[in-house]
Amino acid sequence: MSSVVFFIAAIGAIAGAIGVVALRNPFYSVLALVGHLLSLAALFLLLRAEFIAAAQVVVYAGAVMVLYLFVVSYIGGGTQALTPGGNGLRAVAAGAVGALFVELAIAVLGSGLEAISGDGAPYVPGFGSPEALGSALLTKFLFPFEVASLLLLVAAIGAVTLARRRQGVTLGDEPEDAARYLTPRALFTGTMAEGVGIVRGPNLEEREPQVKR
Amino acid sequence: MSPTTYGWLVLAFPLAGAIVNGLFYKRLGRGAAGWIATTAIGAAFISALGALVRLQHHAPDHRQLVSSLWDYAVTGDVDAKLSILVDPLSVYMILVVTGVSTLIHLYSVTYLKGDRGYARYFAYLNFFVFSMLVLVLAGNFLLLIVGWAFVGAASYLLISFWYRRETATKAGIKAFVINVVGDVGLVLGTFFILRHSGTLDFLATFKAVDGGAFATHHGALVAGCLLLLVGAFAKSAQIPLHTWLPDAMEGPTPVSALIHAATMVTAGVYLIARMHPLFEHASAAADVGAVVGCATLLVAGTIGLVMTDIKRVIAYSTMSQIGYMIMAVSAGGYAAGLFHLMTHAFFKALLFMAAGSLIGAMAGAQSLERMSGFRRSMPFTFGCFVVGGLALSGVPPFSGFFSKDEILAWVGGRGGWFVALYVVGYVGAFLTAVYTWRMIFRAFFGDPCPEARELERGHLAHAEVHTNPATGEEEDTDVGFPGPEHFIAERAAPMKIAMSVLAVLATVGGLIQVPHVDHVVTTFLEPTFADSKYAGVEPSNSLVNFGLVLGTVVALAGIALAYRIWVSRPGSAAAWQERFAPAYRLFASKWWFDELIDVAVVRPFAAFGTFAQRTFERVFVEGVLVDGTTSVVRAGSAAVRALQTGFLRYYAALLLLGGAAVILYFLIASS
Amino acid sequence: MALSWYLVVSALIFSIGAGGVLVRRNPLVILLCLELMLNAANLALIAFARMHGNADGQIFALIVLVVAACEVTVGLGLIVAIFRRRLPIDVDELRELQG
Repeated sequence: MSSVVFFIAAIGAIAGAIGVVALRNPFYSVLALVGHLLSLAALFLLLRAEFIAAAQVVVYAGAVMVLYLFVVSYIGGGTQALTPGGNGLRAVAAGAVGALFVELAIAVLGSGLEAISGDGAPYVPGFGSPEALGSALLTKFLFPFEVASLLLLVAAIGAVTLARRRQGVTLGDEPEDAARYLTPRALFTGTMAEGVGIVRGPNLEEREPQVKR
Repeated sequence: MSPTTYGWLVLAFPLAGAIVNGLFYKRLGRGAAGWIATTAIGAAFISALGALVRLQHHAPDHRQLVSSLWDYAVTGDVDAKLSILVDPLSVYMILVVTGVSTLIHLYSVTYLKGDRGYARYFAYLNFFVFSMLVLVLAGNFLLLIVGWAFVGAASYLLISFWYRRETATKAGIKAFVINVVGDVGLVLGTFFILRHSGTLDFLATFKAVDGGAFATHHGALVAGCLLLLVGAFAKSAQIPLHTWLPDAMEGPTPVSALIHAATMVTAGVYLIARMHPLFEHASAAADVGAVVGCATLLVAGTIGLVMTDIKRVIAYSTMSQIGYMIMAVSAGGYAAGLFHLMTHAFFKALLFMAAGSLIGAMAGAQSLERMSGFRRSMPFTFGCFVVGGLALSGVPPFSGFFSKDEILAWVGGRGGWFVALYVVGYVGAFLTAVYTWRMIFRAFFGDPCPEARELERGHLAHAEVHTNPATGEEEDTDVGFPGPEHFIAERAAPMKIAMSVLAVLATVGGLIQVPHVDHVVTTFLEPTFADSKYAGVEPSNSLVNFGLVLGTVVALAGIALAYRIWVSRPGSAAAWQERFAPAYRLFASKWWFDELIDVAVVRPFAAFGTFAQRTFERVFVEGVLVDGTTSVVRAGSAAVRALQTGFLRYYAALLLLGGAAVILYFLIASS
Repeated sequence: MALSWYLVVSALIFSIGAGGVLVRRNPLVILLCLELMLNAANLALIAFARMHGNADGQIFALIVLVVAACEVTVGLGLIVAIFRRRLPIDVDELRELQG
């Protein structure tokens, strides 16, 4: 029975993964990922980590993916072709990915580890329960727990900082004070690309990007 | 106070004078610089007298005192210290140097009045005296080289004193460059000697040489002495390093008197006398010195016959007399050579001073062709010229007679091939008399020239437009050119006093070493030369007497010939010139030494320099090395820059590939 | 099922995610593929937790979850800021940081 569930969940996860990569519309990619996450939750359950499975569904599929959906709606579909410019890279990607998978598979299967050939350690009741995780978090892993909360704080601040309106260049208005940042600049104050001559800077007089001795 | 303390004082006073004049000249009043400088040298002279008196209190074999003030670097093979050696030779030299310098400073106080560079002149002059004293008081090779170099620098500074005059600056550079050649010889010679003696100190070196340190390295000793001779020849203007001395007459006349007559050019003589143990062991080098000295005295004498610039006549005369001194000390006649050094300082400085007075009367012109008939208008100057001329020609009882004849007697007494030098020496004496009195007769006899006539009426000639006496270019009288006023001895008390003292010394100075009567100089210098193999050796009495008579005859004959050509039969000079036209051309072009050095040395070096700059520097160093390096670096960085495409996906691909490779490695390694 | 099966599935999902990062040009989708890779790691961690029989692996997976959430937040904030600046949402166009 458990093997059947395993196979269904595994195929679901892999299908979801392929969907994320292959689907054109990013909206559909997000949905594929949600399916993938739910299959993964099933796999976690099969491994008796019920709390993690629940957290996965609630936090990951529930909150993070919803955030993703918001952003995708805001930005729009933006269906793009895979090519041009990616042809050579597709071959390299296929090669690298294939190589990676083969190596990892060999590592796993060819290692001859006895421990992973079976079902694992004997099941202790309360293995994946919240009590076990909670006590571990507050005793053995207290420090990572606190650091993780700090990390969340930093991420929240970062998100707010990134999204706030800055003076000058923001959405919509063609700034009246475009002169402030579109004036011709003195030598050596542009970006590296402008300096080298690959990109033309804004409003510069017709000046050949020079490479001086 | 001990003699060495006086020695340090002798060094300190001129240095203090130079520093005060050099740094505080703005705060000093007008004319104070001259008196400060003269007082400084006067104080040095008194200290030198003090050193002399205290030294004589020591027993004769304890009269070589070393005093060391500071150790620069005393390590395994090198003992570099700041030490002076006070012994009879150095006391003799400092007495001559400070004594004559005091008189010349006194003379310059008036001579350079009105020149905008007055204080600078006296600062330089004091610095020069300091350097010369360092040279002669040095107790080891290090300080000798330092003094040698300083003296060369001071000479350069003073020759190109009127620095806006191009002829003067060129002459200064010429003098300095030839001096540097000598410096190289000196330093290399020191190295050759240091290698086997193991010490820089003079007394220790001499002891080592006498003790046989060079017994198996005779070649090194000869090489070292020859290189020292190169230094001596450059400094003392001997052939072939003599071409700077006539050009050095571009400097003010007191400078010519001090540096290029009395003191600096005698440094070579001092060097050979001081290094006498080395030269006595390396007799080949000593012989070279004697031959070169003899050749110089002859060549210089011939050139002096035809020069028209009065200062250059006296310059070639100096060269010739130094040739006598070099010949003497190379042949072992140390006391004779040094005695002539002293008397020469007296009468040559006197001649230069008198020439300065004459040039002042001519409002700056120096050409003999324009001077005549100053006898009535400038009696004092004429008297000084006569005294100096008689001393230079070697007429008894003037000082030059005794010193020159002692040299020639010694050289003749050496026997062997030295007899040739003896003969040439008397030929040179004849030429000396001729060119000296040529100069005097031309300038003072005959019809008075316009300037002389003005002076007879009591009016000193002034030039309307100041010009360079050599090229006739126009000048002004601002800083860098001579001042607007000219002075003559008859009207300037300091000049008169200085010249009078020198005239007296030139007359009676020789009486301290009259043959068969007294030998003050030899006795005084005995402690220094006690280790010489010629100590106590004297030429035979018959040779001495013969020399005295021959010397007098030769000198009077020369004066008589000069009188005949330039006074009693005017116009015969032109006839002689025509009769000996090839010889005249040879002498007038100074034996073509300048042209020879130009072709042999200057042009190859200039060509090499041009090649180095145009080809080597531009093509190789800049093109290949510098530009090559930068282009290699730029190409490399361009290659590396190609990696940074900015494509995120390429970076990710690289990351992935790298990760896969690492995992592969671990897989293989662990299996 | 034997634990090695879970590990193979995890490797497969990881590889697919890596390929997605290389191939897609939309930064949003690239972030999604990043999430794929993180989830694959999570699966492996839980499998190993089961192998040992204690909670260490699960805690690790929990923290990975936290990190993934933070990273998504900041990454999306960046993409929104880029969109606001009217720059194209295409990693091939955003290449100013080049030599």
